[in-house]
Amino acid sequence: MTGARARGAGQRPGPELICPAGTPAALRTAVAAGADAVYCGFNDETNARNFPGLNFSRDEMARAVRHARERGVRLLLAVNTFPRAGAFELWTRAVDDAARLGVDAVILADLGLLNYAAHRHPDLRLHLSVQAAAANADAIRFYAETFGVKRVVLPRVLSVEEIAAINDAVACETEVFVFGGLCVMAEGRCSLSSYATGRSPNMNGVCSPASHVAYREEGEELVARLGDFTIDRVPRGAPAPYPTLCKGAFAAGGYRGHVFEDPASLDAATLIPQLADAGVAALKIEGRQRSRAYIEAVVGSFRRAIDAHAAGRPLPAGDLRRLSEGQSATTGAYRKTWR
Amino acid sequence: MFRSDREGRRAAGAGDGKPGIPTVPPRAAELLALLPRPALRWALQRLVAGVGRRHPDLFERLGEHASATFLIDPTDLPVAVRLWPRPEGPQVEIVGRPVLRSAWHARIAGPLAALLGMIHGRLDGDALFFSRDLAIEGDTEAVLALRNALDDAELDLPDEAAACLGPLSPLVARPAGLVVPLAERMTGVALSRAGRPPL
Repeated sequence: MTGARARGAGQRPGPELICPAGTPAALRTAVAAGADAVYCGFNDETNARNFPGLNFSRDEMARAVRHARERGVRLLLAVNTFPRAGAFELWTRAVDDAARLGVDAVILADLGLLNYAAHRHPDLRLHLSVQAAAANADAIRFYAETFGVKRVVLPRVLSVEEIAAINDAVACETEVFVFGGLCVMAEGRCSLSSYATGRSPNMNGVCSPASHVAYREEGEELVARLGDFTIDRVPRGAPAPYPTLCKGAFAAGGYRGHVFEDPASLDAATLIPQLADAGVAALKIEGRQRSRAYIEAVVGSFRRAIDAHAAGRPLPAGDLRRLSEGQSATTGAYRKTWR
Repeated sequence: MFRSDREGRRAAGAGDGKPGIPTVPPRAAELLALLPRPALRWALQRLVAGVGRRHPDLFERLGEHASATFLIDPTDLPVAVRLWPRPEGPQVEIVGRPVLRSAWHARIAGPLAALLGMIHGRLDGDALFFSRDLAIEGDTEAVLALRNALDDAELDLPDEAAACLGPLSPLVARPAGLVVPLAERMTGVALSRAGRPPL
């Protein structure tokens, strides 16, 4: 088992805790709440959370790097969308600026950009984004051997047993999501948002962009629309849905329900021991688009859980469901109970 | 002034088991309705203008959405606020209900305690929305931009109010440092910023 190797990567015992930050204030909150590393993006379409009012200017990123480093926390920069043909320079500039600003690693998904970063900035540590959907040992070995990728963020489609098998077969580190929004598609390859709105997480950094989202009260129901499509309607008192197509409710053949995926969020806190035993180097929290309140609560909860596990104590009870989409949580594919 | 929600809804802060979002009792709301709107508007305008001067980064984050008209709608109060967050000088107006749909581009509605909790970084806006404690209408992108800009600004309204008083600010800040935590404990409402150092 590769647990010892994974634990050696962090400053604290146990897997590293990788936390999101969409703003400088969120970054400071994540650092204070116990993050080992914080991941951020520039305020453009080079990252997969290109939302209004979110992300970092170059100056803000420089200050964020200093703030994190002074407190022993690493800063990872996500440049994890796929460059548009004819606009590659926007993405290469992001990688160049990441190297210039001294971030601890860049999180990339695109083969061309990986190749650029590996050759232009050989000392820049490379992580493979979940957007690359590298879900088997052969694919991971290719990225590690070809581009020198040091860590791979695994897609959220693998069981704990499959993750352990991958870790036994590869030399580079792996990182897995443990909390936040779930994506049912092969990550980085979904076109549903693009179909409905013309904009996608892969190319533009936004899934179901807010510019195309509308809510309307119709009698006792809240109706959520994305572009020209009604995605869901819920009665008074039911959790409000965010209208992503994959989590919409559909009616067909007398059945009405969530055809692709329930609107629930991932919470794998109870699986921290198993994921650590499976050799995972880092546990990642999703939610760069969320507030300081979310960051403080979720990062703090996972910090306590990881520290408890590392110290051999039982995991503390934590319930973050109220912060989750659908007000409910799942362990997702980590426990494939449907098999 | 505030009371806990009796309908069993729970707050959107960390974890379960917390009391619901407190609401302003109807009697207190009725008293508020008696206050002269010009005086309310004057005080709020000073506060908002001061926030704009002290936190210019807000407008960077708002970007093009600074030209939108927002309706901030505390559903447990008899009045709402129209906000024009213009970089050259944000403006507010106190409005009674009903408010015409044509009077705003984006509406954010919920109990006053939910809105204050979100401004102070103590409650998560998405979670408030998922739990239906917060409702949004109109330009969703503008709402997100405003939420993200305010969250990054780390506002503390007692500090902002004190700063409006100029040289008299220290005279108010010290008593406020004693009264605000007490009022928070009594009401369950986030009246100050998360992690605010004691004065």
